[in-house]
Amino acid sequence: MRYQVKEKLLSVGILAPSMLAIGVFVYGFIGRTIQVSLTDWNDIVSFMQGEFDFVGLQNYLRLFNDSRFITGLWNNLFFMLFFILGALALGIMMAVFINDKPRGHFIFQNIYLFPMAVSFVVTGTVWRWIFAPGSPRSPRGINMLFAQLGRPELMWRWFTSTFSIGPFNIALVTIIIAAVWQFSGYTMAMWLAGLRGIPEQLIEAARIDGASKWQIFTRILFPMQKAITLSAIILMAHISLKAFDLVYVMTGSGPNNVTDIPAVYMYETTFRGNNYSRGAGISIILLMMVGILIIPYLINTFGEE
Amino acid sequence: MRRVVLALMLSLALVVAGAAPALAQNSPVEIVNWWTAGGEEDALIALFEVFRDQHPEFEPISSAVAGGAGTDAKAVMITRLVGGNPPDSFQVHGGAELFHSYVDPGFMQPVTHLLEEWDVVDDFNPEILDLVRGEDGEIYSVPLNIHRSNVMWTNQRILEEHGLEAPETIEEMFDVFEALEEAGVTPLALGDLNRWPTLHLFENLMLATMGPEDYNALWDGTVTFDHEGLREALELLDQALEYVNPDHAALDWQGAAELLVEDEAVFNVMGDWAEGYFRAVGWEPLEDYGWTTVPGTEGNFMVVTDTFGLPEGISNPEGARAWLQTVASREGQDAFNPIKGSIPARIDPDVERYSIYLQSSIEDFAQDNLTPSIAHGSAAPEGFVSEFEDILNEFVTVRDVDHTLDRMQTIAGEYLN
Repeated sequence: MRYQVKEKLLSVGILAPSMLAIGVFVYGFIGRTIQVSLTDWNDIVSFMQGEFDFVGLQNYLRLFNDSRFITGLWNNLFFMLFFILGALALGIMMAVFINDKPRGHFIFQNIYLFPMAVSFVVTGTVWRWIFAPGSPRSPRGINMLFAQLGRPELMWRWFTSTFSIGPFNIALVTIIIAAVWQFSGYTMAMWLAGLRGIPEQLIEAARIDGASKWQIFTRILFPMQKAITLSAIILMAHISLKAFDLVYVMTGSGPNNVTDIPAVYMYETTFRGNNYSRGAGISIILLMMVGILIIPYLINTFGEE
Repeated sequence: MRRVVLALMLSLALVVAGAAPALAQNSPVEIVNWWTAGGEEDALIALFEVFRDQHPEFEPISSAVAGGAGTDAKAVMITRLVGGNPPDSFQVHGGAELFHSYVDPGFMQPVTHLLEEWDVVDDFNPEILDLVRGEDGEIYSVPLNIHRSNVMWTNQRILEEHGLEAPETIEEMFDVFEALEEAGVTPLALGDLNRWPTLHLFENLMLATMGPEDYNALWDGTVTFDHEGLREALELLDQALEYVNPDHAALDWQGAAELLVEDEAVFNVMGDWAEGYFRAVGWEPLEDYGWTTVPGTEGNFMVVTDTFGLPEGISNPEGARAWLQTVASREGQDAFNPIKGSIPARIDPDVERYSIYLQSSIEDFAQDNLTPSIAHGSAAPEGFVSEFEDILNEFVTVRDVDHTLDRMQTIAGEYLN
């Protein structure tokens, strides 16, 4: 009995510092941000002097009437969707390819994974150079390549295009390509780890039963990798909500906000416009969106245990 | 006993070891700025040289935050000041920005007594000191330079090639634009990746349509944003956007200036910091590049002044004071400004050291009407500027004059009262 008490005290003592730090620096600050988002702290003087009034949900109402914020939400939704689909499809294809152990698979595996080692800032800068459109008279980047290959009809305005299909701004395609380039190697690595854990006999048996490669993939590999795929989706979904660095470096918010996302708007309105309350409001909305993505996943995982 | 002696000796050794490099090195003075482009950085280095000569006991450390007009540097500064970690001195535009973001919240110490102690108050242009003087009569930062923002830069070779001259009126400007468009050259270079260059162009058009008195009166509320000149300026902007490079949203201000250098565009409305860039790439004044005031703004001087302030609670107050003394000195200003492509805030420059353009600017400055820039923080609080940029960013694509005017009046009511 005494031993158990001692054990308990020890574990609480070991956990206490990190729990305290998380309590203050994560949950405390979330609470503070919610508080700020309900006030009218919209300039630096009242911010420093702590003078503010509670205005209820006024900041949120204003945001949902703000065309820039709404555009940003749509952009983020489409970015998330196509980024996840693209990175998964490409990553799984690469994983299956590598898993067959073709000649030089070790080199390919590394090449595919290298973009992961690069930060979003570098990715953004490089892809901005690649997609910089130039003008029809003197194209740049990839447009210059098209012009020199004698295919000028392929040139378009890339991330400066203001064309949209419904609420989908096609300028986003450029950012999606950059993000997929960076993260498909990551899904590949996750999938590859899973594939290596699938017993060889299972596939062997299916093959003897006359299953085609496609059938093996859809009926055996994919179902067995469900948990890994789900983890990859959750991970990339929240990365896409926080893709501030990529968007900010690569395109900024773009003409008429075609490549804006709420995270960029939050930064600009808070730190350039000194609209602290509105920025806090955007942060809280982003937090709730991440919550919507992650909480069902957590319930699911803990439910299984 | 022996142990205690050993411990004492060890700690003494540690203290000496720790102090030795500090004694050997000069005490660092951290200076936050946003001068990272070619000509700008060279100018800062020249100023640092003067500082080292005048105050060899200090070593300047430049904490540069890239980004034209300092939009990102300001975010860094506010964060550091609110967090109680100020640099020893930092670059700030004189005018509304200095007061709304830094002085009113109580981050700054006045520098009036320092300027008086060094006996340099009368050496400064009094109108510039008004931009950094608070309602309490104290001066809050030391102006280093003056930029003119209503300048239209020209590619002289293309102009000559087509037998054209730089326009003086708005009508002439659009005639020249049309002629160039027909000749297959981009008339006007714009790089609004960072939003403010559109506002920069627009505020010049505002000045042209409203005139200096009404433009200046916008900021104390005696003229409101339903002024007819605002609609005219928007219509002119609408017209001018027909002549800009199609990839304007992919370029920053330097990218736009580069279009001139690469003979791809002919005009660029940009502050005279662009001259520093032209010189850095080896362009010759009047031969390669020319300049004129933005049509319709002649006799006016849209002013942007970079100043350095003295934050509260800094780690090296001695070094900061020494730095400000260098900034305020004639040697410092004459070392920095000719390279930066700006004119000094002091009235006693060594004119010989300045380029032909800057000499003409020094002359104009003495007689023109001064008007504060919105895009560069001198006219209005930053919340206003940031939303104004958003509104214009939408206008560049959507081109709805009435809707844009509506939005401008709404935010003017919100921020300028």
